[in-house]
Amino acid sequence: MAEPLLKAVDIDKSFVGVHALKKVNLTIMPGEIHCLAGENGCGKSTLIKVISGVYAPDSGHIEFEGNSYQKITPMQAIDAGIQVIYQDFSIFPNLTVKENLALNMELASKKKLVNWKEVEKIAREAISKIDFKVDLEAKLGDLSVAEKQMVAICRALMFKAKLIIMDEPTTSLTKREVERLFKVILGLKQQGIATLFVSHKLNEVFEISEKYTILRSGELVSSGSTADLDNETFTYYMTGRRFEATHFVPENISKDPIMEAKGLSLAGSYSDVDFSLHKGEILGITGLLDSGRTELALSLFGVEPATGGQLLVNGNPVKFKTPRDAIHSKVGFVPEDRLSEGLFLPQSIADNIVISEIDKLRTRLKTMDFPKRQEEVNRWVKELSIATPDPENACLTLSGGNQQKIVLAKWLACDLDIMILNGPTVGVDIGSKHDIHAILRTLAAKGMGIIIISDDLPEIIENCSSLLIMKGGKIVKQMDMIKEKPDEKAILGYMM
Amino acid sequence: MNKTLEKKKFSLPHSSEPYVFLVLLLLCILIEIRSGQFFTANNIVDICSAMIVPGLFAAGTFMVIISGGIDISFPALASLATYATTRLMLNMNYEGGVLIPILIALAIGAVLGAFNGLFIGYFDLPAMIVTLGSSNVFKGIMQGALKSKQLAVIPVGMRTYGTSALFTVQNSQSGLTSRMPVAFISLVLVYAVVYFVLHFTMFGRGIFAVGGNDISAHRAGIHVKRTKFLVYVFAGMIASLAGVTRTCMMQQCHPTNMLGMEMNIIAGVVLGGTAMAGGSGTLIGCVLGTLLIVTVENSMILLGISTTWKSVFVGAIILIGTAISAYQSTRKIRKKKIGEDAKAEGGAA
Amino acid sequence: MKKPLTSKLSTMYRNDPHQWRLVILMIVWMVFMALTRFRKFYTLINFQTMSSQFPEFGLMALGVMLTMITGGIDLSVVGTANLTSILMAFMMIGATDASGSMSGGTIILAFLLAIVIGAACGALNGFTISKLRIPPILATMGANELFSGICMVMTNGNAISKFSRRYAETINNKLFGLIPVQLLIFAAMAAVVWFMLNKTSYGTKLYLLGTSSKAAWFSGINNTGILMKTYITSGICAALGGMIMLANYNSARADYGSVYTLQCVLIVVLGGVNPNGGKGKVSGVVLAICLLRMLETGINRFPKISSYYISLIWGGVLILVMVLNYFAERRPEREIRKMQKKQAAKA
Repeated sequence: MAEPLLKAVDIDKSFVGVHALKKVNLTIMPGEIHCLAGENGCGKSTLIKVISGVYAPDSGHIEFEGNSYQKITPMQAIDAGIQVIYQDFSIFPNLTVKENLALNMELASKKKLVNWKEVEKIAREAISKIDFKVDLEAKLGDLSVAEKQMVAICRALMFKAKLIIMDEPTTSLTKREVERLFKVILGLKQQGIATLFVSHKLNEVFEISEKYTILRSGELVSSGSTADLDNETFTYYMTGRRFEATHFVPENISKDPIMEAKGLSLAGSYSDVDFSLHKGEILGITGLLDSGRTELALSLFGVEPATGGQLLVNGNPVKFKTPRDAIHSKVGFVPEDRLSEGLFLPQSIADNIVISEIDKLRTRLKTMDFPKRQEEVNRWVKELSIATPDPENACLTLSGGNQQKIVLAKWLACDLDIMILNGPTVGVDIGSKHDIHAILRTLAAKGMGIIIISDDLPEIIENCSSLLIMKGGKIVKQMDMIKEKPDEKAILGYMM
Repeated sequence: MNKTLEKKKFSLPHSSEPYVFLVLLLLCILIEIRSGQFFTANNIVDICSAMIVPGLFAAGTFMVIISGGIDISFPALASLATYATTRLMLNMNYEGGVLIPILIALAIGAVLGAFNGLFIGYFDLPAMIVTLGSSNVFKGIMQGALKSKQLAVIPVGMRTYGTSALFTVQNSQSGLTSRMPVAFISLVLVYAVVYFVLHFTMFGRGIFAVGGNDISAHRAGIHVKRTKFLVYVFAGMIASLAGVTRTCMMQQCHPTNMLGMEMNIIAGVVLGGTAMAGGSGTLIGCVLGTLLIVTVENSMILLGISTTWKSVFVGAIILIGTAISAYQSTRKIRKKKIGEDAKAEGGAA
Repeated sequence: MKKPLTSKLSTMYRNDPHQWRLVILMIVWMVFMALTRFRKFYTLINFQTMSSQFPEFGLMALGVMLTMITGGIDLSVVGTANLTSILMAFMMIGATDASGSMSGGTIILAFLLAIVIGAACGALNGFTISKLRIPPILATMGANELFSGICMVMTNGNAISKFSRRYAETINNKLFGLIPVQLLIFAAMAAVVWFMLNKTSYGTKLYLLGTSSKAAWFSGINNTGILMKTYITSGICAALGGMIMLANYNSARADYGSVYTLQCVLIVVLGGVNPNGGKGKVSGVVLAICLLRMLETGINRFPKISSYYISLIWGGVLILVMVLNYFAERRPEREIRKMQKKQAAKA
């Protein structure tokens, strides 16, 4: 029986008021592809930081290739062959690719002067390890997200890595890029390098990993071979709940469309877009990253105003030149990066909730009507069960799940007819994902028209009553999801 | 000099340096047309001479901005270091050469810079506010503790340094002669050293790294606090060199007349393409931007415009220049987005 | 009976630690002055002097405060102030008759025109920052050069002073013999700004815009409108400051008040405004001004200490307060850690 590459034994770790890891065990064999899964806040990041030496465990120890360590420093971890690629890749956007690749080695060699020839040599060697072709002189900030990730991986490989830890590596990648990443991971396996990657995306876990470890609330729930696992069990281990994949069936679709697009176009992004959205519907818009789907969503909210064609709301032609125009026509928008684009974390929960309708909460003299504001705030805190002792506290003090609720609360408070959500569950764990979908279905049932822009096919299949598939800036297929009941393959076929 | 520029394919450049150079060139041509006197040896030497002190200040400011910070205390720092040095030399009846005063000023500048570096580097306090506070502290020490007043006579060594010439040129038409001060060498030297440090030492690359992403820098093993601290120490030393040079060239020590220069120097550095957020910028751009402002300030007469209009022009240039800069970066972001999407689907390699 | 008061005070402290730190510093200083220079410091005249000198830069500080809450800054307050005072000085020269007298109506007209000029200067800044997207430091710095330059051209570097004394006399007058008119003007503007921030939707929008302009845009806030309003208000504050300077010096010059720019930023930051935006209160700024004025006038009562030490003290206090904030922010963590150790020990 081969010796494990890494063994984390009974790791226990607490922080200010939080017991982050409760006697967690993790075993990785050499060359293994292992997935670490769990909902947000389950302790995945903490475990990684303990393994890589950023945190010292309160109790327990780490064994690496048979050697036992009570406490490990980041330098020791690197020497042992552990490399971590964080979600932000730890890169320098203002430096060139070759410098990013060589920097860590240069620092490790403790030299004072820079030998640019040496830098070039190191960089060429690095990219050859996974056969990655890139312009070494380019500034890293000019590269795409996927390319940046490749650079980060190349850099990690420079240190004779035996284990590469990737934290949520596929978050910003397109389908093609994810496939490429998986090829690279398999290539690493062939070179005997193990990969531990953190993810909560079911399909990825099953597609690429051989073994899994699932944490929930700091405890080890289950670990084993992914071959022995199925979707339902996996979800159950992660959330402690069982979810039924139900398909959304709209109840009362209005006769007349609430929003219509005729020949809508935005130069350079999309053209000839026709669709109609009815009350009670959930319309999905999908496509690859450059299909124009994001730009279309932004046009429907006035962030990137359309340059041609017509948009009608309730039968009346409208021009959305700014988000204010859209809100005026009762359209709301939840951006993909919810926390930084949809919320004002340091400001009060109350302000976050009322901001988009704030002008309606004024007295006749145009000063703030505070009692009215208070009423609104209390109403929404109650309706969405937001856990807070005082709505005047900063939004920062809320848990992640509650923060997501505030994003929705803001729009619900505006009494909208149409809600557009860009990537509604990107970065959200399974439990919260189901909650959000449930809320959307309720809103549709109450008579709103909902548009979801997403490339999460299961999400689309389960939640949309109709679907637009975009490719190269045009709509290539419209589907009635209820009648046609397409599967992922069919949709993908149109997308590519 | 810049390796990346050599290998770039030809496309409309999106860095600022070529544009600044163009504007500078146009300005010079305009002045030449107006007066016929711009491209004379004597005027060029005058401009070089006028560049010495601002150029030195700009070099230190450049390093600070690259590290992701900002320093608005450098005129006060320079004034204090210079006043203290000159005063000390006078009190000691110093008769020697200029080397000792310069070394003393550098030492004082290092200590004052360390004050900034301590709070910005180690306590991680916002640079703008700290240097705002320290500029007042330095001024207070100079005017309060040291009871500064104008020193009309400065030690002979400093005087000679300020008046000696590398060479002189004469304008055949106007008969005016201009002296290229020896101090110009110090300007060239400082830029050479700064260039070397920034491009050939790990410390210098560390400054760029910290300015680009200080968290990543920390993770990579760079001593972020120490790097920032040292940058402010260097900036302090360069600033005090500038102060001493100015006093020597002016033949007297006026404690407060450098105060207020900070904004124009920073404007010059930024006009040259250095990003205020840190991490990117070139020394060439820094020089060009500073040169632009210095040229405008010094060529009013040649343009036939009364010097009272100086500020109006400088202000207008700052507004126009930064508007163009801002427009360029939005253009760059848009281009990047289209490029990114196209690459993403084309598949890497 | 003691418990409720101290716990009430400690909740108040926790809600606004920065403000309270300023108050504590003020109290410490007042006690110090009481002990050492009681007779000279605690006089009516002294308080009147204190309060008559600060409206000048106090008004400018209000403007800078608003712009800083948006995450920007206004470095053109002095240029605007000088431009206003020079233009109004010219106007009043025209309105002064041969005997040197001037109608009261002219003074009112001057203030109204000052507001217009300030608004125009502010509008330029608002435009360059919101539409041209120039970073506020550079945009307002450029504007300051421009305004100062125009002042230079108009005055040729000279002081403009040949207007009726009536202006200075009116503004330097004391209402009921007690309260300086200047102070009333400042108080009025401070009240207006306070009202804008706390009683209108503009205030909420301003704070949120300062926190994240992108999220503000996505929430339907009219970023351009808010920025314009802010910089215009700042311009108006600066213009009024200029009018006060005009009265205090009884003349106008292109280079008056050049130290005020940095001092205003200092006051505002000392007053608890976060330079990154999203936070700040009028009460904090007023407290900061009071504290600094008290320090200044107090120091003046020690003739052995040169008044030049003022700069030193201003800078020192700023850095001191920031360092205190730094340590104070780390305290809650330490307290919780102590609590946890106690609990672990018990278990």
